[in-house]
Amino acid sequence: MKRTWLAAALPAALAVVGSASATGHSTPAPSAPRAPAAHEADPSPEFAVPPPPFTDGIFPCSECHESMPVNMERRELTDEHTNVVLHHGPRERWCFDCHNPTDRDHLRLASGTLVPFTESWRLCGQCHGDKLRDWKVGVHGKRTGEWSGQKRYLLCAHCHDPHSPHFKPLAPRPAPKRPLEAAGR
Amino acid sequence: MSTGGKGVADLGVPERRDGPDAPGEGGCAAAEPAGCGPAMTRRELMRHAAVVAAGSWLASCDEATREAFFQKHFRELTPEDRRRVIARLETDAKKRTGVDVKIADTSARPGVEFGYALDLSRCIGCRRCVEACVRENNQSRDPQVRWITVLEMDKERGVDLSHADAYYDRETVPAEGHFYMPVACQQCRRPQCVNVCPVGATWKEPDGIVVVDYNWCIGCRYCMAACPYGARRFNWREPHLPAEEVNPQTHYLGNRPRPKGVVEKCTWCIQRVRKGLYPACVEICPVGARKFGDLRDPNSEVRYVIENKRVFVLKEELNTQPKFYYFYGV
Repeated sequence: MKRTWLAAALPAALAVVGSASATGHSTPAPSAPRAPAAHEADPSPEFAVPPPPFTDGIFPCSECHESMPVNMERRELTDEHTNVVLHHGPRERWCFDCHNPTDRDHLRLASGTLVPFTESWRLCGQCHGDKLRDWKVGVHGKRTGEWSGQKRYLLCAHCHDPHSPHFKPLAPRPAPKRPLEAAGR
Repeated sequence: MSTGGKGVADLGVPERRDGPDAPGEGGCAAAEPAGCGPAMTRRELMRHAAVVAAGSWLASCDEATREAFFQKHFRELTPEDRRRVIARLETDAKKRTGVDVKIADTSARPGVEFGYALDLSRCIGCRRCVEACVRENNQSRDPQVRWITVLEMDKERGVDLSHADAYYDRETVPAEGHFYMPVACQQCRRPQCVNVCPVGATWKEPDGIVVVDYNWCIGCRYCMAACPYGARRFNWREPHLPAEEVNPQTHYLGNRPRPKGVVEKCTWCIQRVRKGLYPACVEICPVGARKFGDLRDPNSEVRYVIENKRVFVLKEELNTQPKFYYFYGV
């Protein structure tokens, strides 16, 4: 039963990664009017989003994890994923609150339901319900595209690193010139 | 000349221009100057002479000047006229920018009233909107023209324009203890800039966007004095931008290349929003603080913001009734 499920899910996941690597994928160009083929595998997406912002070559997780025994012990990671520092309620939370121990290519809700990385808002929305509500109507986060037509959303993870979600400060663009300077005097 | 009761025209009788009821002529009409036809008064002679002079001047100048001359006379343009005007302006724009600029004249969609909302609890003052706006709307790089001003203010003092700093220069934003408030045209429902314009070169479109016709503007800058938001900009010198940075997709009432001596302002990217797209500042904002949509559509972002968030408009006491809403998302 589980194997057939995986067989159906994997090509879809691979298709997502394929399109991601083709577009250079770290963060989507904000001014691009059309989403790349983020949801070609899914004919009727609830919300059109670009591919999740995976680190290069890290997905599918099962590529490494399938052959590894599952270690449910809470510990500091020293071999892999050392860049992941949990600043997201580190005392109350750890990997398997969101990641699924058996099928690593999916996230897991508190109810046990598996969700693909392309629908991670369902996971985040379990706790951040008010943000999810605002996000769905396009008020939290950004929507691009057409004000009266097809809109493109961003996943929570495009702006907030899930392991350290506080929005990081940015370098501002240059200040305006003062009036006389702006006039070229 | 004829009063309503006479009904001369109705009867198909041609009016006599030198008749006894000719106004202002009095007895002079009877004294015919030698050499003129019997019906010619001095006033008519001057009029004819002026028409002949103007006609010969018009005949002698080139097509573009003739077009420009006739544009100053009130008459409704036919679709063919509009095409000709646009073609002339495109040729002119090509001459000045070196780029094949397309000038659209897309009209407002019926039943649409645009509104804008900006989340003050999200804006981090990164000025990416300013940059995107300059690129999208062909603002002059030298001298520098920017439609959006981002103000930095103290959180402790709240929205207080008297201590706002537009020239903040920091390594990273947001700076501790500060918040940011971008200000551009507030697209008022009662725009004072429109009221004071002596030549009707600026007006409010049916979809609520306040626009400027750069070919009508005489550069008096009354509108700039009247605007309580400092949202209008004047081209003190010939605007300059590199040819490779020109956005060729333009609108007559928006981002087409401007000449020296005219006023310009934010149009919510009229060339984009009339095509159904979001304005450039909405698309670029890295924190998603900018919301845009149709105020008459109950499912639009702006309607949700107005109905569910804490909202205010800038300088409400002036009764300008902006369609630009500031809100707090959290």
